[in-house]
Amino acid sequence: MKKHNLVSRLELTNITKQYPGCLANDNICMTLMPGEIHALLGENGAGKSTLVKTIYGVVAPDKGDIIWDGKEVSITSPSIARDLGIGMVFQHFSLFETLTVSQNIELCLSKAQLDKIGDLAKRITHLSNEYGLNVNPTRYVHSLSIGERQRVEIMRCLVQSVKLLILDEPTSVLTPQEVAGLFGVLRTLSKEGCSILFISHKLHEVTEICHKATILRGGKVVDTCIPNSETPASIAKMMVGDLAEQDAGYIKREGSKQIFHVKNLSLPAKQPFGTTLQNINLELKAGEILGIAGVAGNGQDELMAIISGEDDRNVKKSLSLDNLDIGHLHAGERRKLGMAYVPEERLGRGAVPEMSLMENTLLTHSNGFVKNGLVEWKNIKEYTSALIAKYKVKCHGEFSEAKSLSGGNLQKFIMGREIGQNPKVLICAHPTWGVDVGAALAIHQALLALRDQGAAILLISEDIDELFLLADRMAAVCDGHLSPLVKTETTNIDQIGQWMAGTFINKLSNHPQEAKA
Amino acid sequence: MDSELIVQILFAAVKTGTPLLFIALGEVICEKSGVLNLGQEGMMLMGAVVGFLAAYGTGSAGLGVLSAMLMGCVMSLIFAVLVLHLGANQVATGLALTIFGTGLSAFIGSGVVGQTIQGFQPIAIPLLSDIPFIGKILFSHDILVYASFAMTFVLMFVVNKTRIGLTLKAVGENPHAANAIGIKVLRVRYLAVMFGGMMAGISGAYMSLVYTPMWVENMTAGRGWIALALVVFASWRVGRIMLGAYLFGLASIMHLVLQGLGWSISPNLLAMLPYVATVVVMVIISADKFKEKLLAPRSLGKTFDPRQMA
Repeated sequence: MKKHNLVSRLELTNITKQYPGCLANDNICMTLMPGEIHALLGENGAGKSTLVKTIYGVVAPDKGDIIWDGKEVSITSPSIARDLGIGMVFQHFSLFETLTVSQNIELCLSKAQLDKIGDLAKRITHLSNEYGLNVNPTRYVHSLSIGERQRVEIMRCLVQSVKLLILDEPTSVLTPQEVAGLFGVLRTLSKEGCSILFISHKLHEVTEICHKATILRGGKVVDTCIPNSETPASIAKMMVGDLAEQDAGYIKREGSKQIFHVKNLSLPAKQPFGTTLQNINLELKAGEILGIAGVAGNGQDELMAIISGEDDRNVKKSLSLDNLDIGHLHAGERRKLGMAYVPEERLGRGAVPEMSLMENTLLTHSNGFVKNGLVEWKNIKEYTSALIAKYKVKCHGEFSEAKSLSGGNLQKFIMGREIGQNPKVLICAHPTWGVDVGAALAIHQALLALRDQGAAILLISEDIDELFLLADRMAAVCDGHLSPLVKTETTNIDQIGQWMAGTFINKLSNHPQEAKA
Repeated sequence: MDSELIVQILFAAVKTGTPLLFIALGEVICEKSGVLNLGQEGMMLMGAVVGFLAAYGTGSAGLGVLSAMLMGCVMSLIFAVLVLHLGANQVATGLALTIFGTGLSAFIGSGVVGQTIQGFQPIAIPLLSDIPFIGKILFSHDILVYASFAMTFVLMFVVNKTRIGLTLKAVGENPHAANAIGIKVLRVRYLAVMFGGMMAGISGAYMSLVYTPMWVENMTAGRGWIALALVVFASWRVGRIMLGAYLFGLASIMHLVLQGLGWSISPNLLAMLPYVATVVVMVIISADKFKEKLLAPRSLGKTFDPRQMA
């Protein structure tokens, strides 16, 4: 595979793709050399996904040429792409959960490739050791963690002697340790001459491992740069164009009266692989943002579900809003009392995929828009279009189906919808997950404005930087335990990091939790 | 109860279970690809009537079976075009197919009601049929029963051991992912649906050529629906479908057996048994949501449109 000459691995010229109502790719040109780790950057809807799908043969471009190893090629299907040596790891993994790792990989290989490999399981084990991927071929995919699944996807590409590996936001679902492991693998591959095309929203990662970056905006290439010699802020500026401020420290506030209370909440896990909540206590004050950090799967989902009412077990005495027990009320009743939620899963929980944005607005605003049992569509339409304009949600209009929006745009819509109800308490999980810089800034400012109006906000996030930026007080969860709550100014990443790893748990068992630290 | 009677009962259970086995094997393949075809009953009736007409006209039971297979395919192709190509709702289209098939079969078969033909004759397999008990129960049937044995084992092999089976499962579980790795999802589904139609056709032919060699309106009596329950009962595993089919077969003949033994239970009540068993099985299996989720093809019943990939 070593071929460090001057022939580019991949060259794109004038790639153009028009979708109904949007020009996804507009005369895109770019070049990738062997062994290069190339970042593809841009806000949501800038055309990154369309471009990589074109390269992988999932999307047919309207115009433009693809030159592979110096020869013009026509990639009309993923199997042609794979035969050329192009591998792709999708953002939403394309694995089959009821099949084993080995079967998943086999499905991607042609008969000729399989014959060449011989014993597939052996080859997987061999590659797994060589690259430190730790992938066991006989395990069923449904039993694997997200990080492991991603490694299976990478393995799927490696087995085919890949020359160009495309990764679509590979780190958004990984823990910091898993990210470090992934970068190790990518560097090894790069040294062996494999080119890597890397889509990410996390700019410090791009500056850390990418050799070169192409920045897309509105379907066009607007800039290229050497990430090494840039800062995340300067790259962000190229991505959004005229972004006023980035990472401006926001004013911290101290909440006023206590409004929402979680008291001695212990709850056994409901799902086979769920987390048991262990005596959670927290008080949320009006006019503050309380941030909860933690590695995914440490009880955040369970906590969110019980607070929102989605988990319908009766915990009457454990939850109270304005000194009123609400633990026995169902989700709709809690909403009526002034609670609002932004769940982690946007499609399916935050919005119904097949329904229009208008209908999705109605779902959580049902009180305001229903009169004498009749739905007031005209008002909803006005309200929804105002929401779309205010949060700059990119869509065809208020009749667009929720599933037709990109992740970040849907997140903006859901945030806007919940904030628009002027809730007393907003419970919000991963508000900017998968959202680009510009949208994240808009969401941050909306959250802060809501806080300043006197709402209490519980922010659950895996993004520590974001928590430090927004939260007035912070805590961490680990294995269903909640750490002490502290003011953000009085703590630091080290301490929160240790709490995320559970160092507080032993101390807790000796004396009750200090909720008012 | 003497052993002779037990052999008789089990022999009849296999015979009664055979049409269920055929049709359920077809449906399981169809469902594994992610398509739920509720038109089984209609396809089966059309297979039965066309098979009977062909055998009646030509005097050849073999041609009858072939025509029934072809008819099943045609019926399933109508369903496939509506559901796969035009993206119609699978449940509604399937129900419509059953109603259509029930009506059309009654119409085209009205001239031959009550006529009889020479169906398939039992062929005792040399040596095997001499085995005590088993030989009489399993190896003294007609050729279609043997074909159903063979089909079960072929499908077990194909589904569990081959690339084709892997592709089928992949399409049924996650058509978007399958599309992304370059599997032609709709083509796989078309083939699976048509295989289901073919098997429903054979199953119908078994009813009108072997089980009761005649044509009567609505003669399948809900076997298409029992087959759907059977697939769930077998948790989408081919091997268990065979077991389930014979168990349901046994339940269907229990009223005859018990009457023979002189029990004075209303025969109508006993004839209900297989249907009650169907309901009970469905309830038991649905009770364990977690398990059901893991076993059922994940995209079952959902429309997939490759053009919607943006």
